Amino acid sequence: MPTEILMPALSPTMEEGTLAKWLVKEGDSVNSGDIMAEIETDKATMEFEAVDEGTIGKILIEEGTEGVKVNTPIAVLLEEGESADDIGETSSGGGESSAKKDDSGGDDDDESRGKAEPVAASPAAPVPQPDASPDWPEGTEMTKMTVREAINAAMAEEMRNDEDVFIMGEEVAEYQGAYKITQGLLDEFGAKRVIDTPITEHGFAGIGVGAAWGGLKPIVEFMTWNFAMQAIDQIINSAAKTNYMSGGQLGCSIVFRGPNGAAARVAAQHSQDYAAWYSHVPGLKVVQPYSAADAKGLLKSAIRDPNPVIFLENEILYGRSFEVPVLDDFTIPFGKARIARPGDDVTIVSFGIGMTYALEAADKLAEEGVSAEVIDLRTLRPLDYDTVLASVMKTNRCVTVEEGFPVASIGNHLSAVIMERAFDYLDAPVINCTGKDVPMPYAANLEKLALTSTKEVIEAVNKVTYR
Amino acid sequence: MAARKTTKKPNVSADELKKYYRDMLLVRRFEEKAGQLYGMGLIGGFCHLYIGQEAVVVGLEATAEEGDKRITTYRDHGHMLACGMDPDGVMAELTGREGGYSKGKGGSMHMFSREKDFYGGHGIVGANVPLGAGLALADQYKGNGRVTFTYFGDGAANQGQVYETFNMAALWKLPVVFVIENNQYAMGTSQKRSTSTPDIYTRGAAFGIPGEAVDGMDVLAVKEAGEKAVAHCRKGDGPYILEVKTYRYRGHSMSDPAKYRTREEVQKMRDEKDCIEHVRELLLEGKHASEEDLKAIDKEIKDVVNKSAEFAKESAEPDVSELWTDIYVEDTREDA
Repeated sequence: MPTEILMPALSPTMEEGTLAKWLVKEGDSVNSGDIMAEIETDKATMEFEAVDEGTIGKILIEEGTEGVKVNTPIAVLLEEGESADDIGETSSGGGESSAKKDDSGGDDDDESRGKAEPVAASPAAPVPQPDASPDWPEGTEMTKMTVREAINAAMAEEMRNDEDVFIMGEEVAEYQGAYKITQGLLDEFGAKRVIDTPITEHGFAGIGVGAAWGGLKPIVEFMTWNFAMQAIDQIINSAAKTNYMSGGQLGCSIVFRGPNGAAARVAAQHSQDYAAWYSHVPGLKVVQPYSAADAKGLLKSAIRDPNPVIFLENEILYGRSFEVPVLDDFTIPFGKARIARPGDDVTIVSFGIGMTYALEAADKLAEEGVSAEVIDLRTLRPLDYDTVLASVMKTNRCVTVEEGFPVASIGNHLSAVIMERAFDYLDAPVINCTGKDVPMPYAANLEKLALTSTKEVIEAVNKVTYR
Repeated sequence: MAARKTTKKPNVSADELKKYYRDMLLVRRFEEKAGQLYGMGLIGGFCHLYIGQEAVVVGLEATAEEGDKRITTYRDHGHMLACGMDPDGVMAELTGREGGYSKGKGGSMHMFSREKDFYGGHGIVGANVPLGAGLALADQYKGNGRVTFTYFGDGAANQGQVYETFNMAALWKLPVVFVIENNQYAMGTSQKRSTSTPDIYTRGAAFGIPGEAVDGMDVLAVKEAGEKAVAHCRKGDGPYILEVKTYRYRGHSMSDPAKYRTREEVQKMRDEKDCIEHVRELLLEGKHASEEDLKAIDKEIKDVVNKSAEFAKESAEPDVSELWTDIYVEDTREDA
């Protein structure tokens, strides 16, 4: 059967074009790949090649014709043994008559789009059901441990449990860690599993992701998260998105970890909180612990998780001591906030080093007779909305605390969710205490001003309680 | 088409030659069909065809063993077909249907197959290079003797992360073959205008990585060079660079007006260097196959490709519930 050659779409947005020039004439034989015509769109002139072989039986659209709609037959191709007399019994493009663009003009297209699109909504928000179960059994023996020791212990325990877990990063092995987080790991696990990398964040982040696809469970340490901006393409485009883009074939079990946020007197390039940046990205899990127990239990969960986990530590917290349960194997699940201090008058939500200000403010407020409930989010993605909402529904007031920039902050996001799901419970607008909207200055006095503070948290609480 | 001077007798069996012919023809016919479906609006977005470069993947796949891995950039249809992925699944992914390798969620540039050890299909130029080295690191860690073929183009060869990777791959002796498919144009910018030194294969020298240039229009030359490179990696001697000089006949993507090169330049390559025509001549001259035999292969390939196009059109669009799946791997741990 003779085959109709159709006006091609040369870009996804092309609807019509000019048939500028025919390079073949009736009676010419063509092979696949031969250039048959030049097509002009508003953007460019393109050559149009033959797909099937045969003889040009008839040219239907003369050269120079403008406004030829995509998928209009422009010529007829005859196969071996056919003649021009057979024309009339054509099939479009070798049986491809189901093209979607040929039956409607430009305007109808938009209309049908509006009608046909099914709505795929997020699941409806139910009544908050916070998980108030304890993190470890009551009566468990506790011991004092620094955050640094807790992170180190979590890695060592998981490396003992699973041969596929290894750590790579700058100065993690022989130097024993720039912040001594990996101290002793080289001695115990050897150079195969504790790998010093060159200073090459983009490259080794990508190698880590590839190794995860290859079946290993890498822990990639960034000396600080500031340097991970060199690697952010691999973290987001490769680690976070590939499971989705592969239809679920290529999960990426990897932990990216290191100190995040402001340290002290290291200025703008070395002082930035990435909590909101990474929390923005579907496919990632984001953790920012405050206490040593949480750091240990969450890092163990992170290493075991089959997904990419962003683990945001804090240099100032590394040396701080907390009570940690003495248990052989203890993990904290993701998506479960912790009520660090129960209260009735106001909810203060924070995470990471922000908890320092939140808890200090709660202590001082208690002296003034204000009972603040302090929630440590611990994980930012998945985020435990239920615990926050249940608390706000009880206290009717909320203040959020973080060190990151104010625009598009975690606090902004929480405010929106609270407004949407607990609007009628609010007795005051939610206030976000954040870092200031400036690059971090070096001078000691300015640096202090650029961060949030206990004083700011107390002031915010006074505002939402109309005191 | 003008005969190409064959410099030496092929050191392969008639069956192997026929296999290369068939595999290269499959890629070409598949890509032509994809171009056609794109023209009909059935394939959206970007679509980068591999026509002209078929000898590269077919020659290298001839050197791969079970369990070896491959990863490439966005011009990836040829790699998938050459490593044995199902043309139906590839075409259905191009049309964004549930029968596609990524259930319609990846498209032309993002397809994967665990089963065939094909790790994508990556849209960010150069990003797949460290990823490939990472796959090789995993194999080295496990000591399984596997090799990873990491393909990228002359354009990607100017990305910084490529050299970060060269350094670490050499330092750690990773079993990775870096295959630079030099088709002479990074989108619309010729190599002359983008690359300070013409011989990209020498760029490994600074890291102690051996490299060589290969005629990428000659499947037998590609295979021979590939065997050497793979043996080097498998022996534990670290990475190897092959700069395969090839040529794409079509534009960078479907929407490429191709004003950066002349029609004569393209036609000359097609007439004088075509990789499929080359093997066709070897088969006929060596009397390994008759015209009829080759016609039968052509027919067989045409049927496979037409079937894939039918499948790709008939396969349903993904269910709307798929919008929300595969964002995370479900955590099946008991204590999760």
